[in-house]
Amino acid sequence: MHIVVPIKLAPDLVEDLEIDAGGAALDRTFLRLIINEFDDHAIEQAFLLKERGGGQVTIVAPDLEGADDVLYTAAAKGADRLIKLIGDFSAGVNCHALARTLAKVIGDLHPDLVLTGVQAHDDLDGAVGPLLAEHLGMPYLGYVAGLTVSDGKCMARKEYPGGLVAEMDVALPAVFGIQAAEKPPRYVVTSLITQAMKSATIEEIETGEFDSGGAAAVERMSRLEATTHAEMIEGSTDQVADKLVAVLRERGLLAPRG
Amino acid sequence: MSQDIWVVVETLRGAVMDITYTSLAAGRILADGLGIRLVAVLLGHNAEPLAGTLGTADSVIYVDHASLADFTPEAYRRTISGLAKELAPRAILFGHTSMGMDIACGVSLDLNAPLISSCERVKLEDGRPWYSSPTCGGKIIAEGPIPDPVCVLTIVPGGYKPEAVRLPGPKEVVRMAPSAALEGLRITLKKYIEPQAADVDIAKEPMLVAVGRGIQQADNIALAEALAQALGGVVCGSRPVVDQGWLPVPRLVGKSGVSVKPKCYVALGVSGAPEHVEGISGAELIIAINTDPRAPIFNVAHFGTLLSMFDLLPALTEKIRQAPRP
Ligand SMILES: Cc1cc2nc3c(=O)[nH]c(=O)nc-3n(C[C@H](O)[C@H](O)[C@H](O)COP(=O)(O)OP(=O)(O)OC[C@H]3O[C@@H](n4cnc5c(N)ncnc54)[C@H](O)[C@@H]3O)c2cc1C
Repeated sequence: MHIVVPIKLAPDLVEDLEIDAGGAALDRTFLRLIINEFDDHAIEQAFLLKERGGGQVTIVAPDLEGADDVLYTAAAKGADRLIKLIGDFSAGVNCHALARTLAKVIGDLHPDLVLTGVQAHDDLDGAVGPLLAEHLGMPYLGYVAGLTVSDGKCMARKEYPGGLVAEMDVALPAVFGIQAAEKPPRYVVTSLITQAMKSATIEEIETGEFDSGGAAAVERMSRLEATTHAEMIEGSTDQVADKLVAVLRERGLLAPRG
Repeated sequence: MSQDIWVVVETLRGAVMDITYTSLAAGRILADGLGIRLVAVLLGHNAEPLAGTLGTADSVIYVDHASLADFTPEAYRRTISGLAKELAPRAILFGHTSMGMDIACGVSLDLNAPLISSCERVKLEDGRPWYSSPTCGGKIIAEGPIPDPVCVLTIVPGGYKPEAVRLPGPKEVVRMAPSAALEGLRITLKKYIEPQAADVDIAKEPMLVAVGRGIQQADNIALAEALAQALGGVVCGSRPVVDQGWLPVPRLVGKSGVSVKPKCYVALGVSGAPEHVEGISGAELIIAINTDPRAPIFNVAHFGTLLSMFDLLPALTEKIRQAPRP
């Protein structure tokens, strides 16, 4: 069984985000990119399936700052093949362009399963998974938190609100949008990553031109200027705690001592 | 060319989901602004009575077929795309949900229609229909025109309250047969698995202390437990905390968990991502403790502090314990 996990790198939300001079895109000059957190779950799910049923795991990442880290980290966790897509990703590519580019490469890999993160927080034109599935001619099922493979079929646990799960049978090959792996993504110690950097090879594949057609235009982008904002309580730990106690008391929210 | 605004109705085991009403509210604004009709598209099997709360729409298209009894991506997508090719709507609105996100991309490619996802609000600007979508965890708003002649949008909760548009009706129900073949489906529903039984139902708790990823590690949950105990409440959490196994699944607040409506919600190290915030819109008082001044949680909270929870919690818990009760 061959499992392919394509990666999207998304802005690290811990950093401040700025809008560029054009006013319709993020300023990418100082943008720190990290792996889309749901892709991390997709990688984990791939390893869980490999551990249970054998097979090969291939990770594909676009050539952006952070891609090598992601690939070597995956290698340290047990990925069999690492592929970096070479092209000018620096200006940012939308889901449509990324999906088309990935499809060209992943189609040739003849995967049984393609696991993507269900979405990334900066998606504005759908998500990579379902678009990729279209270009590969494979079925897509998203919001998945659990997969079992047997006899060319896959049983997927799809999440609905409130914790309800639908068990669906999906014919392989197929693309899944992973919401959460069955277990939290594993950690790998730095020494193993350093080792992988020496022993693992990253294959490079040229992507050619991007085709971003299919997304609606973004005409303006702005940092959220909320119409409402919390009243901020400042001061020392004691002062803030006192004020919060007062807020709770005024509203009758201090439970009688039981 | 009908050029109506369509809202694809989401149903789950015989109930219309709230996101459908949110989408209808958005659709109503577009339809009224453009002077066209709002049509709800309902798929199912013996499900026509569900049209009874879709009165905000001018009309309901109802497609009945055994393969549409429950949602599966291929059957629903083929049916919607087939109808849309026949009737040429101006825009199709899906929920940005487990169902909608499985098929919106495919439908947009079938129709060669541009796709806009995570749309929270719509409006008319200089006569042009216009979307706005929160992105980057709600820190950024992206806006632009809704292109013609046809466009597919996925709608997130938050912009419009579902209750206001849950109206009896509609004026007409048009029954249609699926125009697409519904055989040879590669995805089939086997069964539903009920949610894990909960020791407490957080939807009913008046006092909740929520922990987010800022709590850093399982051992620190005890700090939140202590605060909850002092307040006479219970601990709940965000998705990463539950995915880590630090809290049980029934304690998850948000899109994939529970919508809560406590008198007071204390959020510790929760950033306020849209998927979390959608679960707390019913909270009467929200207090946010978060070290990031730009955390979106402060836009929904009533009171906030930038102190680290690790500094504040011991003192706060102790003061609450000591505070005189009325
Ligand atoms: C389909 C889908 C469904 C989802 N459903 C849900 C859902 O139901 N519920 C849900 O919660 N999420 C859900 N998510 C995930 C959601 O997108 C966010 O990833 C998640 O809510 C973030 O959780 P968080 O706020 O705990 O973590 P983060 O976003 O990582 O935020 C941690 C916060 O802690 C703060 N912090 C750090 N240290 C401290 C400190 N010492 N003191 C105080 N603050 C500190 C940081 O400033 C930061 O704001 C869903 C996502 C998808 C794609």
